[in-house]
Amino acid sequence: MAFDEAKKDFNLIGTRPARPDGIDKVTGRAQFGADKAAPGQLHAAILRSPHAHALIKSIDTSAAEKAKGVKGIVTRADFATGLKGEMWNKLENVMAGEKALYDGHAIAAVAATSALAAKDALKLIKVDFEVLDHVTNVDESMKDGAPVIREGAAGPGTPEGMHPNVVGFYSSGHGDVDAGFADADLVIEDTFTTEATHQGYIEPHACLAQMGKDGKGEVWCCTQGHFNVAKVCGHLLGTEASQIRVTASEIGGGFGGKTEVFIEPVALALAKKTNRPVKLVMSRSEVFRASGPTASASMDIKIGMKKDGTMTAGRGVFRLQGGAFPGAPGTFTAMCAFAPYALENVSQEAYDVMTNRPKQAAYRAPGSPMAAFAVESVVDELCNQLGLDPIEVRLKNASREGSKASFGINWPRIGLVECLEAAKAHPHYSTAIPENGGRGVSCGFWFNHGGETAVSLALAEDGTVSLSVGTPDIGGSRASMCMMAAEELGIKYDDIRTTIADTATLGYNEISHGSRVTYASGLATIEAARDTIKKLCKRAAAKWGIDEDAVYWEDGFAKPSGPNAGEFEPMSLTKIASKMGATGGPIVGHYEATPEGAGVSFAVHIVDAEVDKETGSTSVGRYTVIQDAGKAIHPSYVEGQFQGGAAQGIGWALNEEYIYGEDGRLQNAGFLDYRIPVASDLPMIDTVIVEVPNPGHPYGVRGVGETSICPPLAAIANAVSNAAGVRMKSLPMSPPRILKALDEA
Amino acid sequence: MIHVTTTINGDETEFVCDPRETLLDVLRDRLSLTGAKEGCGTGDCGACSVTVDGTVVCSCLVLGAEAEGKEIGTVEGIATGEDLHPIQQKFLDHAALQCGICTPGILVATKALLEKHPDPTETQVRYWLAGNLCRCTGYDKIIRAVMDAAKDMRSAA
Repeated sequence: MAFDEAKKDFNLIGTRPARPDGIDKVTGRAQFGADKAAPGQLHAAILRSPHAHALIKSIDTSAAEKAKGVKGIVTRADFATGLKGEMWNKLENVMAGEKALYDGHAIAAVAATSALAAKDALKLIKVDFEVLDHVTNVDESMKDGAPVIREGAAGPGTPEGMHPNVVGFYSSGHGDVDAGFADADLVIEDTFTTEATHQGYIEPHACLAQMGKDGKGEVWCCTQGHFNVAKVCGHLLGTEASQIRVTASEIGGGFGGKTEVFIEPVALALAKKTNRPVKLVMSRSEVFRASGPTASASMDIKIGMKKDGTMTAGRGVFRLQGGAFPGAPGTFTAMCAFAPYALENVSQEAYDVMTNRPKQAAYRAPGSPMAAFAVESVVDELCNQLGLDPIEVRLKNASREGSKASFGINWPRIGLVECLEAAKAHPHYSTAIPENGGRGVSCGFWFNHGGETAVSLALAEDGTVSLSVGTPDIGGSRASMCMMAAEELGIKYDDIRTTIADTATLGYNEISHGSRVTYASGLATIEAARDTIKKLCKRAAAKWGIDEDAVYWEDGFAKPSGPNAGEFEPMSLTKIASKMGATGGPIVGHYEATPEGAGVSFAVHIVDAEVDKETGSTSVGRYTVIQDAGKAIHPSYVEGQFQGGAAQGIGWALNEEYIYGEDGRLQNAGFLDYRIPVASDLPMIDTVIVEVPNPGHPYGVRGVGETSICPPLAAIANAVSNAAGVRMKSLPMSPPRILKALDEA
Repeated sequence: MIHVTTTINGDETEFVCDPRETLLDVLRDRLSLTGAKEGCGTGDCGACSVTVDGTVVCSCLVLGAEAEGKEIGTVEGIATGEDLHPIQQKFLDHAALQCGICTPGILVATKALLEKHPDPTETQVRYWLAGNLCRCTGYDKIIRAVMDAAKDMRSAA
């Protein structure tokens, strides 16, 4: 679907009204996952494996069953059998079968009359484990002799002869990279690593579930995709998605981590067994041990450059650690790596590797930030050694409309050059670099996504509108939906109420992922409003006794389209709505589609950092985000996405990492030891919204949520490397790593 | 079970609780005051911030029984009737929240900050709020909202 003429004159779009859920959220009224209770509810708790890899020889729940307040216990035996492929993997992750595959893997769950009683009962469950050898490092896991997580898990296309832990492979490219390297004046080749990080949403996973003997279930939970929760629960409980109505609560952050399903099937199984509502809330330590994290990576990059800055060839090999299940985002890593550059010769390949860690989950542009870190570090080093300006070099090689992408497509209209030009012109780039400091620049790329979407828009007799969307609002998207609907209909922002409809109320909607909500639900909202307008015009035409084609809609009024149509007083939406009962009944617009025109998005970040060479600590001084939003619907929330992505990137670059002991157990499963950036760690984060309209959206919108985390790892690494005078090749650049690098330099 | 008499947002309140229950558990599960959130349960994230006799604390680190005879303040008590407190309004004006899970704790902490330091520097605000984790915003708009609220409250005082 191409919208040749993106709408340009707006009344509301681009303004900054207060969000419709704002008052609820500043007064404590908003109900998040753990905020709901049901009469007679039980509280559940999950027993988790203390071992990284172990056979589960037996589980004895008899003592726990007799404990005070305990009403029911479930193990794997209480879930569906005969599942295959992805649904088997999901069940295996939700509740272990024959083996515990990582520290924190669920083994059994208890429902009791209080949370304390449930936790007490966990201690009475006896599990006979036979501990097995484990592996948590990606490079170790690929080696001969590494413990096998699971035989036969490799997907199609995985090269033969590799270790069974290698379960996915991707490769692409074009040209002749060896010839390209031969043409270069300077070739740099190096290896980079990043550690697993957690999405770090402040709200732990939480749900409230009921399920009767008739097999009909209800779930209230914090999720990025409640339709997906229904689907997964249906499979795992041996019923149908349609039998389980899921309502998305307010969601306290997701960043990709709440696209997965962990606890809802367990709560449903307990509810079914006890015939009582069951509330299940993860602790923070469970969130770290058994949800998220992102993949870790080990990457080899080789790039050739001429003295004038022309990049002659690029090659990347990426090894992504995805935990105890297939699904690491290696394909995305490889595709994003060289995306900012129009290379004649490029090749990339990626390996998806299993280890004894929790299953990796999406984290904001999954796979892309680590690729940018590796590639953009080498680009920076080439610029340094050849004495070239990093933005000029990027401009010289930048992907642009019509050029061939590193992964094969021909680029449509994209905004990388505009972002680079804006970066070059930004005052930040021309200020002096602080003494003892360094400046880093990086590009970043993300695809963005459309996906299955359904929207319904109903008029009330008072002329207000109820808009139902099926994509959980993870960052203020209801404000954007209200704005787009009001813009089309020509009514006030405050006259639209946007609701996230439950799974029994609206057609199927894909998860809120892929930066798709403002794009896809926004597009569907606009189209549903246009569908409503047709119906409004029809009512006016009937009233005036003219053909409906002779009526058009402008600024909230039906109007006759010209002198030939006749002279009639324009009729407002409110007036048509007030009479709709007598003129044909309810007026409801709707739209269902799988839009495929999500415009890709590029960003450029500039950062100044100072490194204390005595302590190895880094402070981020000035930070500027420049990103193509296509069209910013609500600029405050676009800026918020830019700033949030940058802040998460700062954490990933400098501090955050999953630390495993030799016993394969996670050693820092809490916010004290897994330290995310706090207010005193960060500077203000300046933003520049570039708007190169996406032809796939009626207003030109491109998704903005994910691209903002693609450049920061590299931009900060470049700043730190330039400040410290030594190339940092492993993230996070925590003080011990910086001191080690300085020592070795 | 322990019987406790306390004052919450100005209202005398009685409850019974297990000796192991935290003040946060009591507020949320026994009194249905779910504005305070449990982000970690270990005093690291600040989402459960409340005031006890005017001091900001993580309610997950206080036992319910310790509320006996104290004055507890939660996010539910910040607005006056339907009128939002200036800091609540500024959080909306500045789009200082995305998901909103950390907002109640940050508002409680901010209110206490501005009562004690009506004219804080940006650095002071950043350090005062360093115990309140926000994963969405990068803090930029939060800091701006707090500074702007402080300015308005000073000129109104």
